[in-house]
Amino acid sequence: MKKVRKNFLVVCVVVLSIFLMFVNAYAKEPYKIGALFAVTGAASFLGEPEKNTAIMLQEQINKDGGINGHPLEIIIEDTKSDETQAVLSAKKLLEKDNVLVIIGPSTTGESMALVPIMNNAKTPLISCAAGAPITQPVKERYWIFKTPQYDLSAVEAIYTYMKNKGIDKVGIITISTGFGDAGKKALHEMAPKYGITIVSDERYGPKDSDMTTQLTKIKASGAQAVINWSVGPGQVIVTKNWQALKMGIPLYQSHGWGSKKNIELAGKAAEGVIAPLGRLVVWDKIPDKHPQKALLKKYTQDYEARYKSEPGTFGGHAYDSIMMVAEALKKAGPDKKMIRDYLETKIQKWPGTGGIFNMSPGDHCGLDKDAFEMVVVNNGDWEILK
Amino acid sequence: MLTVFLQFLFSGLTVGSVYALVGIGFNIIYNATSIINLAQGEFVVIGGLLMWFFTESLKLPFLLSAVLTILSAGLIGLLMERLTIKPLKNADLLLMIMITIAVSIVLRGILMFNFGKDPYVYPPFTEGEPLSIYGAIIQQQTLWVIGITGLCIILLFLFFNKTIVGKAMLACAVNPTAAKLVGINVSRMVMLSFILSAVVGAIGGMAITPISLMEYDKGPMLAVKGFCAAIMGGLGSNRGAVIGGFIIGILESMTAGYIHSGLKDAVALVILLLILFFKPAGIFVSKTMLQLRKF
Repeated sequence: MKKVRKNFLVVCVVVLSIFLMFVNAYAKEPYKIGALFAVTGAASFLGEPEKNTAIMLQEQINKDGGINGHPLEIIIEDTKSDETQAVLSAKKLLEKDNVLVIIGPSTTGESMALVPIMNNAKTPLISCAAGAPITQPVKERYWIFKTPQYDLSAVEAIYTYMKNKGIDKVGIITISTGFGDAGKKALHEMAPKYGITIVSDERYGPKDSDMTTQLTKIKASGAQAVINWSVGPGQVIVTKNWQALKMGIPLYQSHGWGSKKNIELAGKAAEGVIAPLGRLVVWDKIPDKHPQKALLKKYTQDYEARYKSEPGTFGGHAYDSIMMVAEALKKAGPDKKMIRDYLETKIQKWPGTGGIFNMSPGDHCGLDKDAFEMVVVNNGDWEILK
Repeated sequence: MLTVFLQFLFSGLTVGSVYALVGIGFNIIYNATSIINLAQGEFVVIGGLLMWFFTESLKLPFLLSAVLTILSAGLIGLLMERLTIKPLKNADLLLMIMITIAVSIVLRGILMFNFGKDPYVYPPFTEGEPLSIYGAIIQQQTLWVIGITGLCIILLFLFFNKTIVGKAMLACAVNPTAAKLVGINVSRMVMLSFILSAVVGAIGGMAITPISLMEYDKGPMLAVKGFCAAIMGGLGSNRGAVIGGFIIGILESMTAGYIHSGLKDAVALVILLLILFFKPAGIFVSKTMLQLRKF
């Protein structure tokens, strides 16, 4: 009887110590980071893949043992594509959840609204929106970073290509949203540097159903090429109108064109359309030894297997932001200032989905026009132009 | 010069025919109930998206898909009336109009859940090169849209003026109590008007999707423009809605062409305001008619 009791005690101790070991492994505080995405509302086409990416990465990282044994916890808040909501959610993340870093928001407007808040809270923000003012002037953006390429870089990629083709007179047509406004500004700003004249400057609304009038004007203005700057159905309608009018000049699209959906929707009209696209959408066309190839392949295939849709450029922005933070947490530890310094100085020749990042104290984005490939639509598929 | 002008004109006609069809949808319900149904834009979206669903997703033949789309849209119109308007038959008109806004939001949510946020498109009714008139291009689908608009107007004219049911519907709008006294089933007429208006909206959606693409949140824009068309022509007058739609479409296109594309919506709306200042009832409705209106 006594022996049994002794055995019983031994078993108890063993079980207890195993239990304690287990608890110990999981007792490490989770690293909390916040994410603000426009999951609903006007910009939901951005927020949706970003949210999906965040959920997928959190699972993958924790499955591989977390970050230095700490599980990663991404707290996702929906900004409803609204600046006010973004500010409220950011305050909640900072004050209630005590997050180390905030990823997002999805749009330039929301990101700008958060700049003063993040500077006051001395917490890094890695925006998933493209606008240049998010990280410039860099002196006033001490805590702010972003992963999408600059609009200016996309414009430079187009203009460089045009120069080589001997095009110097272009007609531009832009959508009357934040994306189109930024594109229009960038197109005007870079034109003199590349010796390009904008001979016609047209606009259209996000829900317009016919752009024939604007394209007719561009054609009459003697432009050698059309540049359309938009996201959403507008770019497909412009493409269809461009083909119907038989304009006889090439059509260039912005980096918003990078979705197979657009080729499907525009059908034959998409043939010959040229656009500067990040390598994410043409990952299967880039050489195997390219430093981005492996991660693009893994990300795209994982995402497609899980969500049955393509991640698109936008999901990639969230991927880059989260992976940068994960690396910073791993190397620099859970300290806001250390994370910020790591992001600024150690993200060098860092391959992401958006390009190869080179952050520096003078540039909190770290991408230039080399992040883009010029891509043409050929037989319903992308083809990289040399 | 002529080519460019014609091109602007055709572009205006394309856009205008869409506005006109939505405008007619407003009129049908207005004529039977004095309600302005702000979910009219959603009917158009439903038409386009369901047509895509039947032809592209289920791969049904064109005519069958068209019939199924029209039937489903009619059913949605019926459900909308029975579930939201009928239960408060004697409520204030303004309240009913607010309910139609609520319905439009709900419909948009349902569409978003079922179709997602992407735009959809299917091939035009007839394949082939766009027609060229003096060098200006007009897409074949545009001719379809204009033709269908015309057909709708003729059929609706015959319906409202030559058939007993149509006249009964008009009677309900003018005076429901009197209509009831002469033996008209007012409730059924109101239901019929919602079905009819959903069908007209859906037909419009089916016709314009190959040109303009269709996504779940296109409704409000269509409703606003279609409403402007109906107001400009005179609420209740189908001829007015069509002409109003074409005027707005062509004005937008001409402004974009000859002034600047950034100003096109503004100019069209300013002209609408001017017309309403000088002819508050719209182009085709007389002052006396205006006094008979409840809303």
